[in-house]
Amino acid sequence: MTRTGRRIAYAVLAAVPIAVFAVFFVLPVSAMLERGLWPEGRFDPGAVLQVLARPRTGRVIWFTLWTSTVATTIAVLLGVPAAYVLHRLRFPGRGAVRAALLVPFVLPTVVVGLAVRELISTSGPLGFLGLDGTPAAIIIGLVFFNVAVVIRTVGVAWESLDRRPGEAASALGASPWQVFGTVTMPALRPAILSAASVVFLFCATAFGVVLVLGGVRYSSVETEIYLLTADLLDLPAAAALSLVQMLAVVVLLVVVGRLRAVPDPTVRRSTAAPVRPRTRDLPAVLVTVLTLAAVALPIGTLVAGSFRREGSWSLEHYRAMAGSADGLLQVSVADALEASLRIAVDATALSLTLGLIVAFVVTRRTRTRTGSRVRSVLDGFFMLPLGVSAVTLGFGFLIALDEPPLDLRASPLLVPVAQALVALPLVVRTLVPVLAGIDDRQRQAAASLGAGPVRAILTVDLAVVWRPLLAAAGFAFAVSLGEFGATSFIVRPAEPTLPVVIYRLLGHPGALNYGTAMAAAVVLATVTAAVILVVERLRVPGTGAW
Amino acid sequence: MLELQKVSVTFDATVAVDEVDLTVPNGSVLAVVGPSGCGKSSLLRAIAGLDPLASGTVCWDGEDLAGTPTHKRGFALMFQDGQLFDHLTVARNVGYALRLRGRPRSSLRSEVVDLLALVGLEGYGDRLPRTLSGGERQRVALARSLAARPRLLLLDEPLSSLDAEMRVRLAADLRQILEEAGTTALLVTHDQAEAFAVADRLAVMRAGRVVQEGPTDEVWGEPADEETALFLGYSRVVRGPGAVTLLALVDEEPLGASAVAVRPSALRAGPLPEGGADAGATEAVVRSFRLTPDAGRLVVSVEGIGDLDAVGVPGWTAGPGDRVGVQVDRRGLVVLP
Repeated sequence: MTRTGRRIAYAVLAAVPIAVFAVFFVLPVSAMLERGLWPEGRFDPGAVLQVLARPRTGRVIWFTLWTSTVATTIAVLLGVPAAYVLHRLRFPGRGAVRAALLVPFVLPTVVVGLAVRELISTSGPLGFLGLDGTPAAIIIGLVFFNVAVVIRTVGVAWESLDRRPGEAASALGASPWQVFGTVTMPALRPAILSAASVVFLFCATAFGVVLVLGGVRYSSVETEIYLLTADLLDLPAAAALSLVQMLAVVVLLVVVGRLRAVPDPTVRRSTAAPVRPRTRDLPAVLVTVLTLAAVALPIGTLVAGSFRREGSWSLEHYRAMAGSADGLLQVSVADALEASLRIAVDATALSLTLGLIVAFVVTRRTRTRTGSRVRSVLDGFFMLPLGVSAVTLGFGFLIALDEPPLDLRASPLLVPVAQALVALPLVVRTLVPVLAGIDDRQRQAAASLGAGPVRAILTVDLAVVWRPLLAAAGFAFAVSLGEFGATSFIVRPAEPTLPVVIYRLLGHPGALNYGTAMAAAVVLATVTAAVILVVERLRVPGTGAW
Repeated sequence: MLELQKVSVTFDATVAVDEVDLTVPNGSVLAVVGPSGCGKSSLLRAIAGLDPLASGTVCWDGEDLAGTPTHKRGFALMFQDGQLFDHLTVARNVGYALRLRGRPRSSLRSEVVDLLALVGLEGYGDRLPRTLSGGERQRVALARSLAARPRLLLLDEPLSSLDAEMRVRLAADLRQILEEAGTTALLVTHDQAEAFAVADRLAVMRAGRVVQEGPTDEVWGEPADEETALFLGYSRVVRGPGAVTLLALVDEEPLGASAVAVRPSALRAGPLPEGGADAGATEAVVRSFRLTPDAGRLVVSVEGIGDLDAVGVPGWTAGPGDRVGVQVDRRGLVVLP
């Protein structure tokens, strides 16, 4: 293929995800913003400024900032020692512990919220602390959810950290702590900062956890957008908050991108063999045990709660899932689960296709400056769903895709498309490090041996990428199963997904409804965890390297 | 003085180092040589305290170091590829050990300048390690190790990542620097040339065991067995009747010798004079001939012995099948015990 031909091929390839992204992400989100900024067809930013000047808006933004900061700090403080223990030490059951700590990250946010609430509610095991209905509850939920991100990101970096510079420092007389401060920490700093920024992003845009735990008293930017849109129909205000959120997210993404950029992305695989724990590892081990307990406790409480009915063990909550409890549910939990699974399959296929194309295009080596700039812009562009409120996206779908030629409200593809876009950044970030880590000379070697471009890709790239691809499929599936923010807007009332059903059950009083919600959450968590355990068995290096 | 007694190192079921006894007197340089995988690097890491001993003791001046962690041993370890800290400048790399000890800034700076001068890198202080060549990086690593004023310097194949020319130059410099600093050092390498250039004592290691140890020239002159001889650069070992024939060519009684190690330059080949070989020489058939910058190198077949290597007389070439005269130099032969 000539150079021009190759360029055209890449351009056509890149056009597919860009088109999908334009119709299903840019269009809905800008429609939402348009409602706010052009209230009567006329540009009127005054309304936005007015919203921002409201004391409540200030309180919401401040609440979001401080809870996210505290949660991020705690997640890093717990996650870094755990990353060390799980990725540098060798002990029986390490794989199981690693998988267990990964589960919260993919648990549906509604389930996480419910589990934490059950833990700290007045009747729960930690009820005596009186945390129910306080910001602490939200922070616990956010930490629970995000500590896995820190463990993964930092752990993977730590695992591939060459042991020898530390040994050299030690041989020069540096004590273990001095080695950590002068050699290990500088090498880990990018990974830790990167993990912290992503966790902050996740905390600041968390929806389900805050909605379930915050109640009416506490609202973050994301739940406030939901409230303004769905309940108060105050679109200018919602649009104003969306704008603030998007700006903050873009700034953060740029910062993360800077932190992530390394001069030479080609992976040096020097994974050090893990060693047996020594006495000085005790503090780190204790933190890990604490983290494990903190993750296991809410889940355990949730599972136990789902089997308790009026003070005794019972399967009634699970039986209630079969029918439509109190006539509240239009469908049974089993039907909702089936719908969830069906949608998740479609969403996974979509996000994998798009993600693979994006990852492939942005990792091509390029010699021209324009080429590399185009690629880095593309790379950042497809990260946007990470930070744009899922609520904004969902509501945008409703208002942008409701008239011909794009009347998709009744289309069965609407929900999968929205979920695929939410999962897309995760898929791209799983694949990009792997593809970028392939030394381009391998493809050149294949070409010099007579392989055409397609053949070279099949020989070199496919061999490396199939495991990460399976892992990305698992993540996309899990994200889709748990997606709540966008889905709650666009799902057809007669065919709700499981998280939507759980939220509906929670919204209605009655012990049976609450119990059934817990049982459904356990079912959803089990399915998601099973998918993730399979992914974990694939042992993909660098999964979740942001 | 470093003393190792019956030191063993194991990884799971494999024994990497098997009951090694060694001593390194103060101020001397010992080279542990052996093919890759013989356990010499494991031995070095065990001495540094980076890997645990399975059994045996590592003592310094009579004190057992079993409970002493790496950073308190005072043994600086210089890695094969230097392992410079890429995020620190050359000066901060070199001054690393001094800074750990809280040395005041002014004396630290002047000592770093002195050390960089010692390794021939004046003015490199502000460079980053990634901008240096392989040889420069090794020099910085050496300066960094010396800055720690180690009681023992451990060198893990310090020159083998360098190209041939740089290796020869740096080996000579290394020897001189170690001598000037009066440093006690233990070097492990698979390259005998590197060991000869730097060390005054040699220990040959094979399959986890030390098979021979002694002053460099002694080990080189009297290899303990066939494999050691081949490893130390002898090109062939002739055994049985061939050995007897070979010794007869230098008028020596075999005295029960079963094997003779032959250096690559032990035979000198030249044109066969009219009427057969000179006295003290014999006839041979050329198997192959190749030119090197200083002389022709031949493989010749000598009747009753087999194939041997030979050096051609200057300015003379030959081709396969030619009949030539060869002269054997007794100093190129070693009778193996």
